[in-house]
Amino acid sequence: MREAASTGARLLVADDNKVNRLLLSRNLELQGHTVACAENGRIALEMLRRDRFDLLLLDMEMPEMDGFAVLAELKKDLQLRDLPVIVTSSLEGIDHVVRCIELGAEDYLPKPVNPVLLKARIGASLEKKRLRDQQKEMVRRFAAPEVAQDLQDSGFSLGGKRVDASVLFCDIRGFTTLAESQSPEDTIELLNTYYALMFDAISGHGGIVTMMMGDGLMAVFGAPLPLPDHSESAVRAALEMIELVTLFNVELASAAKPPIAVGIGIASGEMVAGYAGTNRRAAYTCIGDTVNLAARLEAHTKIAQRAILIDQVTRDRLGERMVAESLGPVQFKGKTANVDVFAIGPEQKR
Amino acid sequence: MAQRAIDPITFEELQQTAGTEFVRELIDTFLMEAPLMLASLDRALAARDAGEFRRAAHSLKSNSNTFGALVLGALARDLELSGLDPALNAQSLEALRLEYARVATALTELRHA
Repeated sequence: MREAASTGARLLVADDNKVNRLLLSRNLELQGHTVACAENGRIALEMLRRDRFDLLLLDMEMPEMDGFAVLAELKKDLQLRDLPVIVTSSLEGIDHVVRCIELGAEDYLPKPVNPVLLKARIGASLEKKRLRDQQKEMVRRFAAPEVAQDLQDSGFSLGGKRVDASVLFCDIRGFTTLAESQSPEDTIELLNTYYALMFDAISGHGGIVTMMMGDGLMAVFGAPLPLPDHSESAVRAALEMIELVTLFNVELASAAKPPIAVGIGIASGEMVAGYAGTNRRAAYTCIGDTVNLAARLEAHTKIAQRAILIDQVTRDRLGERMVAESLGPVQFKGKTANVDVFAIGPEQKR
Repeated sequence: MAQRAIDPITFEELQQTAGTEFVRELIDTFLMEAPLMLASLDRALAARDAGEFRRAAHSLKSNSNTFGALVLGALARDLELSGLDPALNAQSLEALRLEYARVATALTELRHA
């Protein structure tokens, strides 16, 4: 490939007119870009869905599928709706220009296209796209994929909605003591492995981790996207987490390191889910009595000497599909009435 | 005095930005494509195909302006805006064809200049 091609962007020119296609391609290639051409809207869409392009230069008046239809299709397409589009057209009348912009075109250049103006507009569009891509990448890294998708689909706004979901809290018992007995590097390595295993079990059952604090984590099943049988999914994730910790302990034992034990609390019901924080910094989270209860249940695992504790609602929703042992009513801090607690899995040895 | 078929300023600008050699190829392409557009206009008029008529007029306008064929561009623009109107179009198409002949001659000369 030519030197210029590697430094420039990949552009697609959609125009039914050969003279226009050749001239536009020529100008863009002289500016260091790699250019592909499509002679109508339908072919352009096919190419955009097949290959990656950085920008589309779109003519409006085309047979088979015109530019307006292409803009409408791009807007509907989750993969392509962020693609910058510069309309190059000699359409008569300002209403057409307005319609293009309303349909999501980034800019409008009248034909014959002035090469200097073309260069400036493309440069600006590509820079905006680069910033958007960078932002998306940051969101991907710091948010669960479902949250990243939710942000992309519906945009960011502080505020929540009521959802029916299950919340899971998990932490490592006696982790502070454990951390004090080994080097910081070992502690972080242990946490990294632990988190990798827990994330895997949680996402494998349709949950998302909304919070990590030290050795503790909070996960939600059923938000931002609804999940059928989210109570059962949460319990199954918990069982897998316990199983993975057992396997991890074998590994730790072979390295002559002390084993870890986790406690998990799960509660189901209505809660408020959404983005909380400030406009400068916010996190996807769930709030409500159900969430508090799950946290209390997790704390109670130490006293009950059980790995997994669930509330009455979660128990009821499991029905006959899973066995849960009733531990009777427990008085929790901050709760006026006693709460019925159920355990999943066998009793743990002290 | 009749306006020149090709506006020299527009044409020189085109040569400067795209390159003289490339403009030669572009002229060749236009001289092959333009007769097809004229034929499209005739066919669309006969078949009462308003969409094709508008597209062909639009294409011809756009390409004419690229080379600085401003008179031809203006005639094509009139057709694009008036749309499919049989009474008007027969005459306008004739004027368009005559102007195109003038443009084609001028471009061929420029191509070999």
